[in-house]
Amino acid sequence: MIAIVKYNAGNIRSVQNALNRLGCESIITDDPALIRSATKVIFPGVGEASSAMQYLREHNLVSLLTSLTQPMLGICLGLQLMCEHSEEGDTDCLGIFNAKVKRFPPEELVPHMGWNNFSHTESPLFKGITLDQDMYYVHAYYAEQCEHTIATCSYISTFSTAMNKDKFYGTQFHPEKSSEVGQQLLQNFLAL
Amino acid sequence: MLKKRIIPCLDIKDGRTVKGINFVDIKDAGDPIALAKQYVREGADELVFLDITASVEKRKTLVDLVHQIAKEINIPFTVGGGIGSTEDVGRLIKAGADKISLNSSAVRRPELISEIAEEFGQQCIVVAIDTKYLDGEWMVYVHGGRTLTPWNTVAWAKEAEALGAGEILLTSMNNDGMKTGFALDIVGQVSAAVNIPVIASGGAGAMPHFRDVFQQTQATGALAASVFHYGEIPIPQLKHYLTKEQIPVRL
Repeated sequence: MIAIVKYNAGNIRSVQNALNRLGCESIITDDPALIRSATKVIFPGVGEASSAMQYLREHNLVSLLTSLTQPMLGICLGLQLMCEHSEEGDTDCLGIFNAKVKRFPPEELVPHMGWNNFSHTESPLFKGITLDQDMYYVHAYYAEQCEHTIATCSYISTFSTAMNKDKFYGTQFHPEKSSEVGQQLLQNFLAL
Repeated sequence: MLKKRIIPCLDIKDGRTVKGINFVDIKDAGDPIALAKQYVREGADELVFLDITASVEKRKTLVDLVHQIAKEINIPFTVGGGIGSTEDVGRLIKAGADKISLNSSAVRRPELISEIAEEFGQQCIVVAIDTKYLDGEWMVYVHGGRTLTPWNTVAWAKEAEALGAGEILLTSMNNDGMKTGFALDIVGQVSAAVNIPVIASGGAGAMPHFRDVFQQTQATGALAASVFHYGEIPIPQLKHYLTKEQIPVRL
């Protein structure tokens, strides 16, 4: 069973729909026992960082998530919450990835919305995905590059669009909304 | 590089698409899911479903339809038409819509934009603006283009941005249905005035019209209905043409 972490973030259902399309059963939950016993954990999200962190703290999910040993994939806000700190609501985050999350400059076209390609290093997450393929983005904040960066995307600046440390993975783009190529990435994650 | 978005729009009435289509491989021309899936296969970057159902009672079918679309479609989609409250938005988002578009209701009560932004995030609000050139000024119209408002189009777009809109969908009533190209003038003005994405709509009739709107304005998306429904411009062909014209698109 795959656990999709519930934390009051928007449109979590689209991740479940994507897993269903891959023939995969999942449960949307904030129950620590269910999350701990899941084979894989997906930490999706569209929302605001500081209120999301507050929800995680109130539900005793912070130490649980950071101590998971099965593969976990953060998506969009999920990736950002796995970093050290976010400028959105000036909040400390889970601190899995060694990066800070910043806002794109307000004088630029924000949010970064639409399809963009990315440069990636060798990772099982990108099996069968070539550099000219686009993923779907919608975000106003981005994670800086750090030693856990495994892929970068260029928009205004060059930011971390995928990160990995041990069994923790994160993507800034939305694989669940990125057509066939996004489906491939989810399948790669499920095969880890 | 961020790609320019090609966005087909489907008009929905009582849960069915209303404009004709001539895809050879779709058996039921009124089935929005079949049409949407066809567009996804062809390379549409997003989809917009515009509900033109008149009765409130029948509108409930829209939520069911959105639920079905979300199950089947793996690209982002926007739902618009008659959305007047945060409760409406909540139902559609919960059913799986990625974005909702507001039009008349946002002009009637602009705070609605802020309320939705606060509850569901800026990224899910598209403010749709119907505009018409009147006595030397581009003005905002509501109620399907029937009612003139006091709003100048650029001023309203900036106000919508300030209130928390994530995107502007700008339709020129002068150009809509004419197939003579997008309204480069007002699309250029609005896309230069705001720092959120602008989608141009109304007037697409040939592939160079898409090139022109992307070359001559800062629009990041272009929306069309009939040229796609009737197969006049197949999306793969359009994207190859734009690539040749050095407009970045997803292939």
